[in-house]
Amino acid sequence: MKRYLVQRFSQMLLVLSVVSLVSFLIIELPPGDFLTTLQVQLEEQQLSQEQIDGMLKLYRDRYALDQPWYVRYWRWISSIVKGDLGYSMLMNNRIDVLIGDRFLLTVTISITTLFFTMVVAIPIGMLSAIKRYSVWDFIFTFVGFIGLATPNFLLALIMIFLSVTVLDVSSVAGLFSPEQVFEPWSLPKVLDLFQHMWLVVIIVGTAGTAGTIRVVRTKMLDVLNEPYTDTARMKGISMMRVYFVHALRVAINPVISSVGLSFPTIISGSVIVAMVLTLPTIGPLLLRAVMAEDMYLASTLLLLLTFMLVIGNFLADLSLALLDPRIRHDQ
Amino acid sequence: MTQDSLGAYLPRTSTEALHPSGAVEVQPLSFRHLILLRFLKNRLAVISLLTLLLSYGLTLVAEFTSPYSTQIRFLDYVGAPPQLPVVWGDSGTFIWPPVVYGLKQERDPETFVRIYTLDRESRLPLGLLTRGESYQILGFESNRHLFGVEEGTFFLLGTDTQGRDLFSRIVFGGRISTTVGLLGVLISLVIGMTVGLLSGYLGGAVDHVIQRSIEVLLSFPSIPLWLALAATLPNDWSPLRTFFLITIILSFINWGHLARIVRGMTLALKNEEYVISARLSGGNVWWVLWRHLLAANFSYAIVAATLSIPGMILAETALSFLGLGIQPPIVSWGTLLQDAQQVSVISQYPWLIMPAGFLVVTVLAFNFIGDGLRDAFDPHAQL
Repeated sequence: MKRYLVQRFSQMLLVLSVVSLVSFLIIELPPGDFLTTLQVQLEEQQLSQEQIDGMLKLYRDRYALDQPWYVRYWRWISSIVKGDLGYSMLMNNRIDVLIGDRFLLTVTISITTLFFTMVVAIPIGMLSAIKRYSVWDFIFTFVGFIGLATPNFLLALIMIFLSVTVLDVSSVAGLFSPEQVFEPWSLPKVLDLFQHMWLVVIIVGTAGTAGTIRVVRTKMLDVLNEPYTDTARMKGISMMRVYFVHALRVAINPVISSVGLSFPTIISGSVIVAMVLTLPTIGPLLLRAVMAEDMYLASTLLLLLTFMLVIGNFLADLSLALLDPRIRHDQ
Repeated sequence: MTQDSLGAYLPRTSTEALHPSGAVEVQPLSFRHLILLRFLKNRLAVISLLTLLLSYGLTLVAEFTSPYSTQIRFLDYVGAPPQLPVVWGDSGTFIWPPVVYGLKQERDPETFVRIYTLDRESRLPLGLLTRGESYQILGFESNRHLFGVEEGTFFLLGTDTQGRDLFSRIVFGGRISTTVGLLGVLISLVIGMTVGLLSGYLGGAVDHVIQRSIEVLLSFPSIPLWLALAATLPNDWSPLRTFFLITIILSFINWGHLARIVRGMTLALKNEEYVISARLSGGNVWWVLWRHLLAANFSYAIVAATLSIPGMILAETALSFLGLGIQPPIVSWGTLLQDAQQVSVISQYPWLIMPAGFLVVTVLAFNFIGDGLRDAFDPHAQL
């Protein structure tokens, strides 16, 4: 187990370091940099040429924009390792201040969605498998397929549409009630968040839930056809015990890894849904940073999202190893 | 297909005569034939395939299928509601050919919002192969459209906020959105199979490097990565060039999954006797890969590829929806849905959400076909 852990952990570090390089390079790729964006802005403000040049020089010196990319990459990544996320050129603020709450909200939404997916998908998948070809099975299979086929930004649009036409409300899914938005964090604010978050969680989680239901159903069916479940049944154990202890224990394995796999979908989904619903999470900020070519902000956000994902996968593998002795000892 | 209708193909063990002469006809089925039979058994998959073939056919000749072109603006009919063809008249009389009622435009006296009412006096007969705008398609020039009205205007699904016919735009948009899926999957199929085969067959350091690289690639959350990549495309490129680049960007991430599946299969197959004997007979790496391993892997790759088409289509739609994908004047379902983004617009013109319906049906159809293919290729499946 220890060896597996060390191996998996060093692998994760390797992936993270390559990921940091790639995310920096991708943002570097386009011709022009933040100065091009800034110059256009300054020219719109009717400043004189000297003022513009002075301003550009200020930014160029401060952010080392005239240095080759590897120098900038090194400066950027070494300060991130030290815990300093740097400074956004676009927002003129420290990045950790900018994303503090946004990052926290993104993580909260993603993890809640993950739990939502498991809590909803496992019982429904089991029911579908146990009562195979029943009315419920057909309904859930149908809903599952629709859920898989509907992109979550579309689901968000439909929710907006429904709330405007049917419910006749103008704001759809903020994360807080108006009086709580600017309050500092407190217990009532957290409760308020959870009261408002459910719609976002459903929108983000539908696709993953639909996929996981399919996996649970298929695996349960496989396991229920195994001779050992028949044996357990014949020994007179209650059906509930057969389903939950004998069958689920074995069937849960691919479910955990598929939940790990649905984590990228959840993070991607929360980014795009946040853009449609204009939620105060990382998504809209990333879009703005990418558009303005503020590469330090954009690379840092991309890195943070990927970081979440890699850690999530690591945890999924870890729980798999805990649950399944074959993985634990095989290494 | 029932057991009985299959009976004619299946070898019989009993001596029951099929033929009047008493001879038992035994017809072995080829692998392809078996797959075809199993696929045809899945009704949902067959219906989906027919639907998709029809829609690819219709969108391929979008100039002919759609009553209008995508950019023509009807300034008198901005934001007009859908006009449905009428077959039964008000008094219950049967009308043939179907007609559409014309639209009367009024202004709300207080808000000055345009209001359209059906003008039951003006009946426009709906026809097939009607004359309209001329267009060029595959070198032919014509002014015939699949359906439409010769006089007046006909907006099957209404018009958008700029007075352009929504149905025509959906047909043209469908051509782009579905092509992105097919083209992108084709690219990722080629890359994924090549890399997967090499990785599995060569093994060792090559395998290790490739697998770690794929791991890095798959560690990125796809939408943010696509966002970053799509934003790198310069604004001054032609829309067609952007379209191809978007397709390449989408397949850039997609091939990783495919390469993993193919690698796994190759690892399992490369020590089979027939592969070893091919190698020992002097076949070089490319020959063994191409003739033996590719052939054995192909069905699995096709299934995985089909199941990944929906993801590509949805990704294109999402990117275009955010304004980072397909650029006007080219339309795709994503750019059409962009109009429906604002609450104010969608509450006033609810039919602008219609492209979503076409999107969902297409994606569902690809999913069903993928499932059908997977079952059909499964060597353990019963007929």
